[in-house]
Amino acid sequence: MSDLHAKVQQVFDEPGCATNQAKPTRERKKGCNQLLAPGAAAGGCAFDGAKIALQPITDVAHLIHGPIACEGNSWDGRGSKSSGSQLYRTSFSTDMTEQDIVFGGEKHLYKAIQEIAGKYNPAAVFVYQTCVSAMIGDDLEAVCKAAAAKLGKPVIPVNVPGFVGSKNLGNKLAGEVLLDHVIGTEEPEETTPYDINIIGEYNLSGELWQVKPLLDELGIRILACISGDAKYHEVARSHRARAAMMVCSKAMINVARKMEERYGIPYFEGSFYGIGDMSDALRNIAQLLVDRGAPAELLARTEVVIAREESRAWQRIAPYRPALLGKSVLLFTGGVKSWSVVAALQEAGLVITGTSVKKSTPGDKERIKELMKEDPHMFDDLKPREMYRMLKEAQTDIMLSGGRSQFVALKARMPWLDINQERHQAYAGYEGMVTLVREIEKALCNPIWEQIRKPAPWEHAAMDDELAIHIA
Amino acid sequence: MAKVIVSQKRCTVNPLKMSQPIGAALAFMGIEGSMPLLHGAQGCTSFGLVLFVRHFREAIPMQTTAMSEVATVLGGFDNVEQAIVNIANRSNPAVIGICTTGVSEVKGDDLKGFLKLVRASHPELGHIALVDVSTPDFRGAFQDGWSAAVTRMVEELVEVPLIETRFSRRVNVLPGCHLTPGDLDELRDLFEAFSLDPFFLPDLSGSLDGHIPAEFTPTTLGGISLEHIRRMGSACWTVAIGEQMRGAAITLEHRTGVPYKLFDRLTGLAANDELMSFLSQISGVPVPRKYRRLRSQLVDAMLDGHFYFGGKKAVVAAEPDLLATLTHWLHEMGCEIQAAVTTTTSPVLEHLPTEEVLIGDLEDLELRAAGADLIVTHSHGRQAAERLGIPFFRIGIPVFDRLGANHQVTVGYRGTRDLIFSVGNLFLAHGHEPTPETWLPPAQEANPLVSLKVP
Repeated sequence: MSDLHAKVQQVFDEPGCATNQAKPTRERKKGCNQLLAPGAAAGGCAFDGAKIALQPITDVAHLIHGPIACEGNSWDGRGSKSSGSQLYRTSFSTDMTEQDIVFGGEKHLYKAIQEIAGKYNPAAVFVYQTCVSAMIGDDLEAVCKAAAAKLGKPVIPVNVPGFVGSKNLGNKLAGEVLLDHVIGTEEPEETTPYDINIIGEYNLSGELWQVKPLLDELGIRILACISGDAKYHEVARSHRARAAMMVCSKAMINVARKMEERYGIPYFEGSFYGIGDMSDALRNIAQLLVDRGAPAELLARTEVVIAREESRAWQRIAPYRPALLGKSVLLFTGGVKSWSVVAALQEAGLVITGTSVKKSTPGDKERIKELMKEDPHMFDDLKPREMYRMLKEAQTDIMLSGGRSQFVALKARMPWLDINQERHQAYAGYEGMVTLVREIEKALCNPIWEQIRKPAPWEHAAMDDELAIHIA
Repeated sequence: MAKVIVSQKRCTVNPLKMSQPIGAALAFMGIEGSMPLLHGAQGCTSFGLVLFVRHFREAIPMQTTAMSEVATVLGGFDNVEQAIVNIANRSNPAVIGICTTGVSEVKGDDLKGFLKLVRASHPELGHIALVDVSTPDFRGAFQDGWSAAVTRMVEELVEVPLIETRFSRRVNVLPGCHLTPGDLDELRDLFEAFSLDPFFLPDLSGSLDGHIPAEFTPTTLGGISLEHIRRMGSACWTVAIGEQMRGAAITLEHRTGVPYKLFDRLTGLAANDELMSFLSQISGVPVPRKYRRLRSQLVDAMLDGHFYFGGKKAVVAAEPDLLATLTHWLHEMGCEIQAAVTTTTSPVLEHLPTEEVLIGDLEDLELRAAGADLIVTHSHGRQAAERLGIPFFRIGIPVFDRLGANHQVTVGYRGTRDLIFSVGNLFLAHGHEPTPETWLPPAQEANPLVSLKVP
């Protein structure tokens, strides 16, 4: 476990993370691992985070070494899509029992890997440690090494048991696994001056496919997407890319930065959400490639595509304007990334009336003020009970948030749209913004709202709620 | 007599099974003002929580002691204490149901001892009931966790009556975890039709039936009240539904002297006839007209439906009590049970109407499903059903890719009638039109392993 501790310290002290760099030296070393409060915690464990980050690799068998809880309670739950192999959706677990706990689970694990290789012939096997297998001291690295030698295919240890920390930490440790064991282990058949990596994009709801056609049109090749719709060999060969885009979330910044360090692949942080951000992303990709030696004419071609797509998107958003004009939105989400959608919402005529700034830095807050002219409410922390009250008093027309507050909104009879990672709609790229506006229109204008907000016939309109309950 | 065998595979592929702690947590969600708390790492709770949110489409109260690696090594007392204090301050629940996990069981935390210490040092929390239950992830399955939790509720919460006062109309009902909130509503109507006053433990029909509460609550939206649980000793009968509830029923009987009657299932004509006779007998009320009509409707549905069920081959994967319910019912409708797969041991398994019952996973089911006419299991069967192109009926937990899982009713004459329609319609929708080649004897069946190969 000492290796693991060193890793944890290392990913905490991430020079590529702006938030971390803004802290004083001592704070910086402590990293961003907030202590989880027992009885008041929300969110997944580190193992969850590692699985989220790696499972989108489609032709790999993902084997969870632990009791059934870690896999049986959660499998086939993520919406990351594949254009090829469906193997990543097949669930593999050692389903540890008491016998394993007493006698050790290493042999069991070894045989499980053998079974998988025999039946499913995956490109590689990723083996995930869990709390229980870590506690009893199963040597994951050794078993994987032995199995890889025997089977002649990569067997990758993902030593990220749940109790080492949060989901976010798990994302980062998963990135370390790729850096240590996968990236740079194979050579591509050919390279072009137009090869890029996209890091931190999971192709949820097929969002990558809303961006890829534009890259194809420009002749830009995604050498590897880490890890959405990726194949094992693509990730293994990704060190030959000329440039990389690190997608908004900071989950895998260590991968982007270390690939720059080790292989000289420059990267930028960008987002596919929002029309302006999407254009900036294309521009930045083109610029980085040209800086690395691609012909300069790429820049002009990129501008042509951007101009065409932007105007098409704005044209397609315009028809929704009459229905949405002046309607108010409560935008409740952790990351800054949602802020890239604000321009599109405003263009569609919506007014942002409030937002959460819990995870925002002072810089973010300034940007929010700039974007929202009409002095919005900024909430540091809104308890569910408070949120419910606000929504019930209809202080807004629709709430956009993550799944966590879905039922707070719906039970208050308030239109709601999921804009976090669990959503089923793809909102990336130019077309994604059109989809988002269309979904808002669909949610807001659904005829159910008028029906369900009318009181039941036995609830006399003049009676207030309390009295009605009392009499009932 | 079916032979029960255990899969010899070393790798579980496409699990059917879920773990004990979340089964126990779900049981605690059937109590009003309750907060289930898993003593383990944060993920133990978050995986279960997401699963229930997807299934019930409701906010789910569930907390964690958030064990870190260091806390696990040092012991979890501080985390348990902090969790209880935090939950009390934030949600003010009536009861906290504390379930162990693989992490805390491997560590060997003495949860009972912890709770004693918490009680001693926090007299201000005296009004909150604390119920602990041992539910290691590495043993048993979901339904075992549920039944263990209900047994512990009986031990901790039901009062031993000082003088034996029995209310002749009061009946305790202990439903297994295979019954939905909709099933409980159906049963409540039924009991009340006999002028009986049923207390359900746990009662998911008040908490996870999907309704609009008048106010926001951070704990469960409804369920049986602590007050009602305390008074379960004053009932004249306990009705347990599903073999998994036998332990809780016996415990209740030992504690309070209330006799119990166990129904291993309430789907099908004979099973419901038995229930009707029993209720009529204990209540002294003749079977109400409404239920006589429903019985007649069920008989008619069986007549109409048997054409489509007869000779059909079904493969079924579910936890033991649900598996027993479904296989017996399908068998009674004329189906052949081509394969039965389950999660954990149970006395009901050897009586299933099939040759072999396998404790295994959904890969086992898929391998045994070639040539079948129907796959019956929870939503995780969808990949297999799609690969094999076999009609698929979703039932159990989780059902995350269809609406209304909490109101899928399979108990009673009416529930059985509607189940015949739902499954019968699946058969009808997948009927094959005859072609000039129809008369040909079927070609040799494909090697099941071939269909398993993933592209």
